[in-house]
Amino acid sequence: MTGTLLSINGLTKAYPGVVANDSVSFDIGQGEVHALLGENGAGKSTLVKMIYGLVKPDQGTMQLRGADYAPVQPSAARAAGVAMVFQHFSLFEALNVAENIALGMENPPSMRDLATRIREVSEMYGLPLDPARIVGDLSAGERQRVEIIRCLLQDPKLLIMDEPTSVLTPQEVEILFQTLRKLSSEGTAILYISHKLEEIRALCDNATILRLGKVVGKCTPRDTTARDMAEMMVGSSLHVPERAGGEIGPVLLKINDLSVPSPSEFGTSLKNISLAVRAGEVLGLGGVAGNGQDELLGALSGEIPTAPGAIKLDGKAIGAFGPVARRRLGLLTAPEERLGHAAAPDMSLIENALLTGSVREGLESRGFLKWGKAKSFAEAIIERFDVRTPGPGNAARSLSGGNLQKFVIGREVMQRPEVLVVNQPTWGVDAAAAASIRQALLDLAAGGAAVIVISQDLDELMEISDHFGALNEGRLSDIRPAKDLSVDEIGLMMGGSHGMEVAHV
Amino acid sequence: MLKLEKRPQPSQFWTYLTPLLAVALTMIAGGVLFAFLGKDPIVAIKTIFWDPLFSEFAFYYRPQLLVKGAPLVLIAIGLSLGFRAGIWNIGAEGQYIIGAITGAGVGLAFYPMEAWYIFPLMVIAGALGGWAWSMIPALLKVKFGTNEILVSLMLVYVAEQLLASMSLGLLKNPEGFGFPGSRNLNDYASANSWIHQNAGMHWGVVAAFIAVIFAYVLLNRHMLGFQIRLTGEAPRAARFAGVNPNRLILICLGTSGALAGMAGLFEVSGPSGQISIDFNAGYGFTAIIVAFLGRLNPIGILLAGALMALTYIGGDIAQSKLGLPSAAIQLFQGMLLFFLLAVDMLTNFRIRLGQKEVA
Repeated sequence: MTGTLLSINGLTKAYPGVVANDSVSFDIGQGEVHALLGENGAGKSTLVKMIYGLVKPDQGTMQLRGADYAPVQPSAARAAGVAMVFQHFSLFEALNVAENIALGMENPPSMRDLATRIREVSEMYGLPLDPARIVGDLSAGERQRVEIIRCLLQDPKLLIMDEPTSVLTPQEVEILFQTLRKLSSEGTAILYISHKLEEIRALCDNATILRLGKVVGKCTPRDTTARDMAEMMVGSSLHVPERAGGEIGPVLLKINDLSVPSPSEFGTSLKNISLAVRAGEVLGLGGVAGNGQDELLGALSGEIPTAPGAIKLDGKAIGAFGPVARRRLGLLTAPEERLGHAAAPDMSLIENALLTGSVREGLESRGFLKWGKAKSFAEAIIERFDVRTPGPGNAARSLSGGNLQKFVIGREVMQRPEVLVVNQPTWGVDAAAAASIRQALLDLAAGGAAVIVISQDLDELMEISDHFGALNEGRLSDIRPAKDLSVDEIGLMMGGSHGMEVAHV
Repeated sequence: MLKLEKRPQPSQFWTYLTPLLAVALTMIAGGVLFAFLGKDPIVAIKTIFWDPLFSEFAFYYRPQLLVKGAPLVLIAIGLSLGFRAGIWNIGAEGQYIIGAITGAGVGLAFYPMEAWYIFPLMVIAGALGGWAWSMIPALLKVKFGTNEILVSLMLVYVAEQLLASMSLGLLKNPEGFGFPGSRNLNDYASANSWIHQNAGMHWGVVAAFIAVIFAYVLLNRHMLGFQIRLTGEAPRAARFAGVNPNRLILICLGTSGALAGMAGLFEVSGPSGQISIDFNAGYGFTAIIVAFLGRLNPIGILLAGALMALTYIGGDIAQSKLGLPSAAIQLFQGMLLFFLLAVDMLTNFRIRLGQKEVA
């Protein structure tokens, strides 16, 4: 490290009703890998958006290599040598890799030159990528490579990475880290945003911890335990979900050789999936996003019809049943996408309670709706799951993501399911709420229900699962007891490194 | 600088105020238009909105409100169910024509017999005719995924040709001295929808009111209405909730077709009296405007239907009394929808002044 690259002094940004950043200051050295750590809503995104020129700070200054730096838009930031890889990819699935990269450039070179440069850069950093492939056919890890190479072509001095590993297998994470270390050794500084503490300990030189918009601590991750960092992040000691250790009972849900084509063009078809879950058991299904999670949930919820015998509940073939009939029998589900799938954004929480609750909670009689009962059901969910909202009459879209997630999961848990299937139950939820959602799932299993948790958060799955399996390209790995699995084994179950190779350092 | 900011929730206040604001803006812009045409804008607006209700000849115009408003409301109620669910039946005009043909056909088949059951049978036949015509786009959409907007719209022109053929051929009045058009059902007591002709009351008015109440209960109290609204707001959530989209397409298109067909039957057996080449007066298309003007809400549609009927009648008066061209009146009616859609944005967005903000 030779000198300071970016210096941030007292950056403040307020939105109506909330101060997203409150005089945040820290320095990033040249070639330093600097971690920005904090829970959802701590202000990490706002901060990097200011550095990248997407948001203008209310107060405070930045210096890049000693000179004043106040980008008015992302192109100014890129011109100054700041590049960013977003958590959500901005790629066109129908275009190929080179075309996608050209779209993000101010003066794209000819396609042939660009393809050559893409090959050069990708080989230099061990990120093999064929410029002519269609992005829709790429895995999530490969798509991230497109984004990274798009940045590297600009020869950045500072690379901002927003939660880059949430879509990667452990093996892919290791390869990404090799690439980042190589970049760092060549003098490129990296601002690495994450809440995954072990990764930060493995990769980063320094860490700045944000809570509620303020810097609450700095540390050297290698010398600090994950638990200490977590407590700095949350500001209190963490409640670890505990299980009552109920009896494992008979098989409740059995999937037998389920194969389903995906309803969407770039989706993943399910291939020969078989599994069984017993009463009192939590089955965790890991896997990188886009490997059939949505399709599996759709097949179980009844949105995607399957062969009648492929899914059996209590021995009854329900594959041809629709969502309502399955709910009546006790198979409940909660999809990943909250707004628009699990809940209707412009409808009130009462109406959203009715959305899945009408059958089991008796909210209709002979087709007529019982609004009073629906309202009490919504109020009960809000009360028990601590959903922060002025009242059940508010629209679903007025709730924050975490609060809506609590409502959506709570709605299913409160209906006393026999089998509950959830996809990404704690995505975007703060640590305390995530712990209470996990506790609710464990309590449900302890009470004799079978629970399937589909998630990309391996720590979460290891914490609550009895058995673990992984989805990879629409296939399900062998299902194994969770407690004696190593990270390497899990990674291999998730499909290993998807053909990535380590950087040729 | 003006900036639009999305509201966290749709504003109740603006939901009710926007239709009134749209009417006011239409009056202003329409007044300017009439002024450019060399007419006194105040007199023109008064002629359109005031004279039909309160002038010395109002006794003649007021019943016309029921006559013009009833088919608009009846058709618009049916359309609004589908529009709420994102199912776009643009061909109500065609279903209206077919309902008139089948209903009148049944009545004429009994001629000259007199019996109490003839008129109910005609109503059923009219509803079935409109329903069957709407099942063509519905089944094509369910089976082959065709676009119901195009299919239903094109079937209007087929229906118009069928209407011409009927009034020149099969249903032509054998005692009509060779003129095109059927027997006049007003002269056939058993096939007549008038209850009290001088008051403008016919069974179509009753049906329109029943439809409003029925739709209100359906949308607010019944599972099917909830499913319709859910499908319109969030189709994926609707499928997750267990709504069968194909079933909903058949129900919504079928209901709107049946109501449009009934409206056609009431019209042919009452105000119009006979099947003729130019029997259809565009109610099926105007009802689309009425449905949106009433914000797809049954009560709103009732009010919008009355307002639309008012501009029709007032427009006629303005044409004859002030010599305004009919195109100006149509433009005026078009403005109403234009302003409604424009100010509709205020329910979901608020306008902020003078904020400079990157991002």
